[in-house]
Order: sequence, then structure tokens, then C-alpha cells
Amino acid sequence: MTTVLESLNRALHECLAESPQVRLLGEDVLDPYGGAFKVTRGLSGAFPARVLTTPVSEAGIVGLGVGMALRGLRPVVEIMFGDFVLLAADQLVNHAAKLRWMTGDQARVPLVVRTPMGGGRGYGPTHSQSLEKHLLGAPGLRTLAATAAGDPGALLKTAVLLDDDPVLFIEHKLLYGKDLMAGGDEVEKLPVGDRYPAYRLRVAGAPPPSLTLVSYGYPAELALQALKTLAFEHEVFAELFVCTQLAPFDTGLLKESLALTHRLLTIEEGTRSLGWGAEVVAGALEAHGAGLRAGRVAAQDLPIPAAQALEAAVLPAPDSITSAALALAR
Amino acid sequence: MNPCDDPLELYRRMLLIRLFEERALESFSRGLVYGTTHTAIGQEADAVGVVSCTRPGDVIVSNHRGHGHFLAYGGPAEALAAEMMGRATGVCRGRGGSQHLHWEDFYASGILGGTIPLAAGMALAERERSAGAVVVAFLGDGTLGEGVVYESLNLASLWTLPLVLVVENNRYAQTTPIARHLAGSLTGRFAAFGIPVEEAETTDVLEVRRLTQPRLDAARAGEGPQALILHTYRFSAHSKGDDTRDPAEIERYRMADPLPLHAARLAASEVERVQREVQQDLERAFAAALAAAPASPASLTPALGSTP
Repeated sequence: MTTVLESLNRALHECLAESPQVRLLGEDVLDPYGGAFKVTRGLSGAFPARVLTTPVSEAGIVGLGVGMALRGLRPVVEIMFGDFVLLAADQLVNHAAKLRWMTGDQARVPLVVRTPMGGGRGYGPTHSQSLEKHLLGAPGLRTLAATAAGDPGALLKTAVLLDDDPVLFIEHKLLYGKDLMAGGDEVEKLPVGDRYPAYRLRVAGAPPPSLTLVSYGYPAELALQALKTLAFEHEVFAELFVCTQLAPFDTGLLKESLALTHRLLTIEEGTRSLGWGAEVVAGALEAHGAGLRAGRVAAQDLPIPAAQALEAAVLPAPDSITSAALALAR
Repeated sequence: MNPCDDPLELYRRMLLIRLFEERALESFSRGLVYGTTHTAIGQEADAVGVVSCTRPGDVIVSNHRGHGHFLAYGGPAEALAAEMMGRATGVCRGRGGSQHLHWEDFYASGILGGTIPLAAGMALAERERSAGAVVVAFLGDGTLGEGVVYESLNLASLWTLPLVLVVENNRYAQTTPIARHLAGSLTGRFAAFGIPVEEAETTDVLEVRRLTQPRLDAARAGEGPQALILHTYRFSAHSKGDDTRDPAEIERYRMADPLPLHAARLAASEVERVQREVQQDLERAFAAALAAAPASPASLTPALGSTP
């Protein structure tokens, strides 16, 4: 079995081995520590000249990455906690994302900024958030999310080695220890799309779905549990799309499913208002809207509290997904 | 790319900047240009003095007040005028406008300070390319208020990057005089990071060159980042007409206008010839820009080049 963490770590090794242009920068990334979440473990030992541990300067190191990318390198910058990515928001939105386009397509910024997001570990209001929603929709910035339903290492390698545009790569902390989903007997998995695929999951042998679930990252794990509960305890058959590309979001992905179900439920860990789910629902209504009913499961519009019971109350859970799905299905 | 060491060519470049900027302002008042602009009238010696010391392959990182740097670098006046006029022939196809320019190894952006870590990253990439290229980044006194500048100074010094920071202290952050926006020492800001720094009160292009060359040489030789602070003055408003400064103060600084200062060293007949030639060049450049097709909405390609 391979965990998400092992998959990402192996991918970074391969990126450094396969392309002399790749550089890795981040805070505390050197061995023996190997990064706060150990995604970079072993890299500085293997590639000492190309793995740079940096000062605590998120804006500085993302900007440094933009400059390196403009001049022919393929930098990967780690932001230790996703909560800190806002310190680099100017670099991402005003520089990385715009430079290619605003120079009349002359410049290229093949930069990947990786960062762990998400709660469920009791880290409190500034170390638990899913802040990607604030950067989704910046023209010129692609946002990807690792999932255990796919191959997160392959996703990261594609972004680092093949994508000539900047990528924000989101890794939910609770995914690191998860085993990659094996093609088991219980759930069927069908990749949809090419470079950054989504994964379409159904309970094996289930009748045609009456509900479309859409999610990404760790909340997709919760949605998968809900998918099974809905099938085995309620005889409500849904299908779950686990997306890897959050932005730009391709609504066409859902066309065939929505034509069948006319029911859409989005599941995310970002706060509910004005978030990713809102965009997915709005896009689906515009494109496939006739008779569509939709709902959203997300974090409450609150900071994430530190106490375990409070945190659990704020974040989405399998039960809340199941209830929302049942309300929509009936 | 660079004007040669010929004093007459240095004059030609400074005059090109002066007359370009004057035409740009005049084009605004005639309604030929849309948007805004920040002219560098009075600061020509900085741009020409510094950039004329660079070598082909060196990278220039400029800011919102970047026309002078661009023209000093050898960027085409016609493509710059066309960019400001929203023409398809603009240097960035009409997308960037006055503040966002990219041509060969020249980059400019309107985000103050946000460009400095980029410049450091470029310097890191250039060092690894081993061609001996140096990155020169221009910033103004106002930009010293941006925090990311200091992150970049730390990184550049820590990693001995071939970066030369040129602070053009024109004594105002838009309308706010330096006494009201900057505490402490200008040179101390660089010294604190172990970055060698020199400063000068000058509008003499030869003096600027004399100060710049050792900074570039040191950065190129692997001695790490270098800083040069040029105390200068802009005779024009911050952008188009927003000038709240005392006219008497402006007149006082006009006494040190870099153009007549340098022209006094040259033969009057040569100066007159260059003046005629630059006027003609700009006449042609602005006419060609004006005659060019406007950038078409059909040229709006997607923001992401590679689709999944």
C-alpha cells in the first residue's frame, strides 16, 4: 500500500531526478526534519544543491519562485501551512498568475506552490483552514487538490514537469496518512478527463444514480463514506465526482451525470458562503439547469475553533453529507 | 542593447526618454492615450547611467515609472507608444499598458515591491545558468515601505545572489514627502542585511555610471547583492496632473536638470543634430503607433496556456 504522503514524496524525488530545471524551496525542508509534514523527506539528502531551506518569508519565497520560473527553472515552493498562503497572495495573483498573459503571452511561469490545508487536527483558527477559496478564480492560476481516489504523485509530477502555468497544489493534512484507494470490489472508479482527471465513484453494481455528489481533497473521503451509507442503509444511489482541478472548474465534467440525476450536492471543507461549491452549483445551473436541484455541504461560516468538539461542529462530517443528500434526493 | 560609452549616445538616450515622456503627457491631454502613466522626467540620468553599464543578457526589473528604464535598455519607442495607445503592435499587445512591460530581458510591473523577490529569483536562476548575468532592479523611495522588499534583501544576501538594487529616491511617494513616509536610515536598510551600499546626490549620467559599474562588477564576480541609492527628483507630476509640490522646489531642482548638465560637455552642433534626430525618431514612432490597428478583443486568448 502507498499513502498519499509517500506518493507525493516519491513524485518530488522523481521530479528532481528527471528534470535538472526543478528546484525545491520551503521552510524547514532539509533532512533530517524533512518538512513539517515530511513531504520533502529525503530530498535534500539526494539533491543537496537543489533543495533550499528558506527563511520564514512566504511572500519572498513565492516571489523568488516566480522569478526563477520566469528565467527557465521549474521551482516547487512549499508553504508550511496553507493558512500562510495569504502572505503570498500578491505574488500568486498579481505576479505568477498574470505575467504570462499581461506580457502578451511572452513570459512563462512554470511554478508550483504546494501547501497543506484543512482541519481535524486541533490546530485552531490559523492552522486549520481551507483557504483555497480565496484564490480560486484568479485568472491564470490553476488550483489542484490531491486526492486518495487518484494518484496524487502523478498529479503533482504533471504540474511540476509539464505545466507551463502556475499551479497552487492543495494537500489536505488528513490525507497524508491515507492509503491510495485501491480498485476494490465495493466501489467502481472511472477517471474522467485527461491531464488533471476527476474520479467518478459509484457503489459497484448499484442501479443508475439519482444524485450527483461533487467534492475534492479530504472531504471527498467523507463523501465516499456517505455514498456507501446512502446505498447500504437508505437505498439511495449516488455517484461521487472527486475533482483534482478546482479552478478553472469544468462544468462539462458533470453534464452526463446531471442529465441523469438532476440533483447536485457539493461537499467541501472551505466555508460555505461564496465558495467553491457555490461556483460549481452556479455553473451547473447555467449549463445544465432545467429541473436541477442543488445543495452545499461546507464548513460553517466561522473561524475553526481549537476545542475538538467545537471543531467537529464547524467542519463537515459524513452524517451531515448523508442528511443533505437525503433531503435533496427526496 | 545598451548605448555605448560614447557621451553623445548617453545624451541621445536621455533625450529620447525626456522627449518620449513629454509626448506621452501631451498625447494624454489630446485624448490619444487611455488610462494613466508615470513619467520619469528629471530622472533620466539614473536610467541611462545604470542601464548603460549592463551587458547583453543582464536582466532589468523595473517599476510603474518604467518608460525611462525601458528606453534606456533599448526597448523600441514605437512599441512602447503603441502599448500606451492600446494598439495590437504594443510591446505586450495592449494588455499591459504603461506599467507592465516585457521585452527581451526587461520586465516591469505596477506592484511596488512585489517585483523585488522576483528579481532575486531571477538572479538565482541566472547564477545557476553561469553565464555571468546580473539582475538590476529599480525601486523608488516609496517602495521601501513594502515589507516584501526586506524579505528579498535577506534572501538575496543570504544566498549571495547577483542582484543590484537601484533606489531612485525622488523624495516623494506619490504626493507624500520622504520625511513623512520613511523612518531611519536609507543606507542602513541595506547595511543591516550585509549588502554593500553607496549613495549619491547626483543627476550626472557619468557620475551614475561611475557609481554603477563597480556594483555590477561586484555582483557579477559573485560578491552578492549590491545597492545604489540615487537621490534624484522628478520634474513631472506623479502621474498625469496630480502635483501638490511647491513650484519653487521644482524650479530649484530643475537647476540640476541632467540633460543640460551633460550637454554642456558636448559640441553644440552635435547636440543639435541629436536633438533633430531624436525628434524625428519619436515623430515617426508616435505616428506609427497611432496609425497601428487597435488591439482587438479577438486577441484575448485564455489566461491559462495549457489546458488539461
